Amino acid sequence: MKLHIKNGRLVDPAAGVDEQRDLYVAGGRIVAAGRAPDGFEANRTVDAAGLAVLPGLVDLAARLREPGFEYRATLETEMRAALAGGVTSLVLPPDTDPPLDEPGLVEMLKHRARQLNHAHLYPLGAMTVGLKGEVVTEMAELTEAGCVAFSQADVPVVDSTVLLRTMQYARTFGYALWLRPQDPWLSRGGVAASGPYASRLGLAGIPVQAETVALHTLFELQRSVGARIHLCRLSSAAGLELVRAARREGLPVTCDVSANHVHLTDVDIGYYDSNYRLEPPLRGQRDRDAIRAALADGTVDAICSDHTPVDDDGKMLPFGEAEPGATGLELLLSLTLKWAEEARLPLVQALQRVTAGPAAVLAAGAPAMPACGRLSVGSPADFCLVDLDARWRVGRDTLLSQSVHTPFDGMELPGRVRATVVGGRMVWEQDA
Amino acid sequence: MANPQLNRNGELTHLLTTEGLPRDILTHILDTAQTFVPLADRDVKKVPLLRGKSVFNLFFENSTRTRTTFEIAAQRLSADVFNLNINVSSAAKGESLLDTIANLSAMQADLFVVRHEASGAPHLIARHVAPHVHVVNAGDGRHAHPTQALLDMYTIRHFKKDFSNLTVAIVGDILHSRVARSDIHALTTLGVAEVRAVGPLTLLPGGLEQMGVRVFTDMQEGLKDVDVVIMLRLQNERMRGALLPSAHEYFKQYGLTRDKLAAARPDAIVMHPGPMNRGVEIDSAVADGPQAVILNQVTFGIAVRMAVMSIVASAG
Repeated sequence: MKLHIKNGRLVDPAAGVDEQRDLYVAGGRIVAAGRAPDGFEANRTVDAAGLAVLPGLVDLAARLREPGFEYRATLETEMRAALAGGVTSLVLPPDTDPPLDEPGLVEMLKHRARQLNHAHLYPLGAMTVGLKGEVVTEMAELTEAGCVAFSQADVPVVDSTVLLRTMQYARTFGYALWLRPQDPWLSRGGVAASGPYASRLGLAGIPVQAETVALHTLFELQRSVGARIHLCRLSSAAGLELVRAARREGLPVTCDVSANHVHLTDVDIGYYDSNYRLEPPLRGQRDRDAIRAALADGTVDAICSDHTPVDDDGKMLPFGEAEPGATGLELLLSLTLKWAEEARLPLVQALQRVTAGPAAVLAAGAPAMPACGRLSVGSPADFCLVDLDARWRVGRDTLLSQSVHTPFDGMELPGRVRATVVGGRMVWEQDA
Repeated sequence: MANPQLNRNGELTHLLTTEGLPRDILTHILDTAQTFVPLADRDVKKVPLLRGKSVFNLFFENSTRTRTTFEIAAQRLSADVFNLNINVSSAAKGESLLDTIANLSAMQADLFVVRHEASGAPHLIARHVAPHVHVVNAGDGRHAHPTQALLDMYTIRHFKKDFSNLTVAIVGDILHSRVARSDIHALTTLGVAEVRAVGPLTLLPGGLEQMGVRVFTDMQEGLKDVDVVIMLRLQNERMRGALLPSAHEYFKQYGLTRDKLAAARPDAIVMHPGPMNRGVEIDSAVADGPQAVILNQVTFGIAVRMAVMSIVASAG
């Protein structure tokens, strides 16, 4: 299959390119940009006039709920949602049921994904057996099965000795640990960020120190062990300041934020809207501004969707009893564009945080992985065609994900994916 | 964001919290309650305002006192009253909150009085009931207890006439107290001169200053020259974590005794939402003393709840 994408605006943050260029695809790879290779005869030519051609998005956190939670979502529905959102590479946290702590489970998941033949799935292995924070998993076996790094998802390791040992073991083989910094004691029972708004609503708070204390612990252990750590879903100005200092110091640290936290604050919870019940909790405006600044200056490597399908039963509850999480795969691109618009950032810079940025995070921990998030010659042909000017309303009728619960429900967002290509195959198309 | 308590005409259709309620609505409730107070001394204590209406008391959390006063208030308005103790029925069988509400709505409920352990539960219910159905919050989590606050306001107005020159101290476990939050919002809306919160740092939530409250950790200073003292109930389970070491030490530091009360103005009144822990947050000499108006609060509570139910039920 040879593809010719003509008249499109090629945006490739990895190369700093943003200009009109044709793209030529053969054998599942990009073979040329700009001028056709000699003797290139396309099987299909797509006129992308008026559309941007972007690398397929790389999402560092998307729960597809398989295995174990198929009533909330399945690989099939959520991978279609990914394609509709222009996401072609997804990292899966290990908090499935059972958790991804055995090679067989990971192989089964990869097999299911291959059958569906859609986006690329990159599972994170559980760092400890059953995510219980007690016994380290067979990391080498899990890596062979296809895990790209190791994580505890949202389950804390309470015992610091286990954390130290796990870091030492991962460091032995050069594996990266993906951790969400949150002290289990300071966050216990909390459902919203500590502060005036949570006090008013009478919601139990999670203080910012839950994040900073956990970061201090991680960095201090990292100084002695040297393991690579990717910090997931930073939420506070103070936390980001610690990450900035750690990077200056030279610790091997990367980090991401969720697209929700780029835009929202705790006050948006309004009158207990459970769509805003998220982990970590939304914090104040100073924190939101700090997240944007850290994204702009490169302290934060990536914006992820933190896609977490929750069904109606999980959300139609009082705020504190509702399940945390929001659907996000189909919003990641639009929320990134919205941020670029509001912060008046060049498109290449903003889109870097959902393409080359997260791709570099993955590559740093798993060098053997195929390249993603770029449109250079020789790269896998994973890209999407996007109408940047289109605006769409988030809702039940526009989302493909099995969950429609997102704080952005009912809002109008910029940017609509018209087509998505994975490995040179057109796997998703939508008419204007 | 539209105020979920008001309908399109600005009428009170649910009472969920005192926060964000306009002053004239608060005053209207107090004025209406005043017309109901004399009923208690009449032979026939009923008025026909809610005749033919069904009031469901939904208590997901145990409470005898509040439920009883709501029940009496609804009966005096001539409503048909149904008490549901949800702890031992649907919730135990796994029925969801909204399913329970949908089922009771199908039984032609007109008004739900709701107590729930989760902050915001009455908001959720109010969002999902039909437009002609009304919700009155009888206490949700740590969030709000608006009828308690209104009866507190009624009591203060009864004894002090005017709010504008008053200094009011709320003492004790503010962190876990829905009464404290509702009192604070009502007092600031009604324009008292100063609202104080008094307690150890472990029981004071962050952000009190933003609610217009002066914070004191010293009981003597906090009570100095106040006109009204509102004591809060201290739950026994607070003694188990790291919040407080013992009831004994708490009483020594923050329990209201005659000595400590001497710092307040001589005509200060002492209030308590009940039930009291004598010897923990309040000394019997004060609870039964001349400055205590705790039983008046209970009596006024019935009139205030009658006022609230009749006002929301008349919203179009």
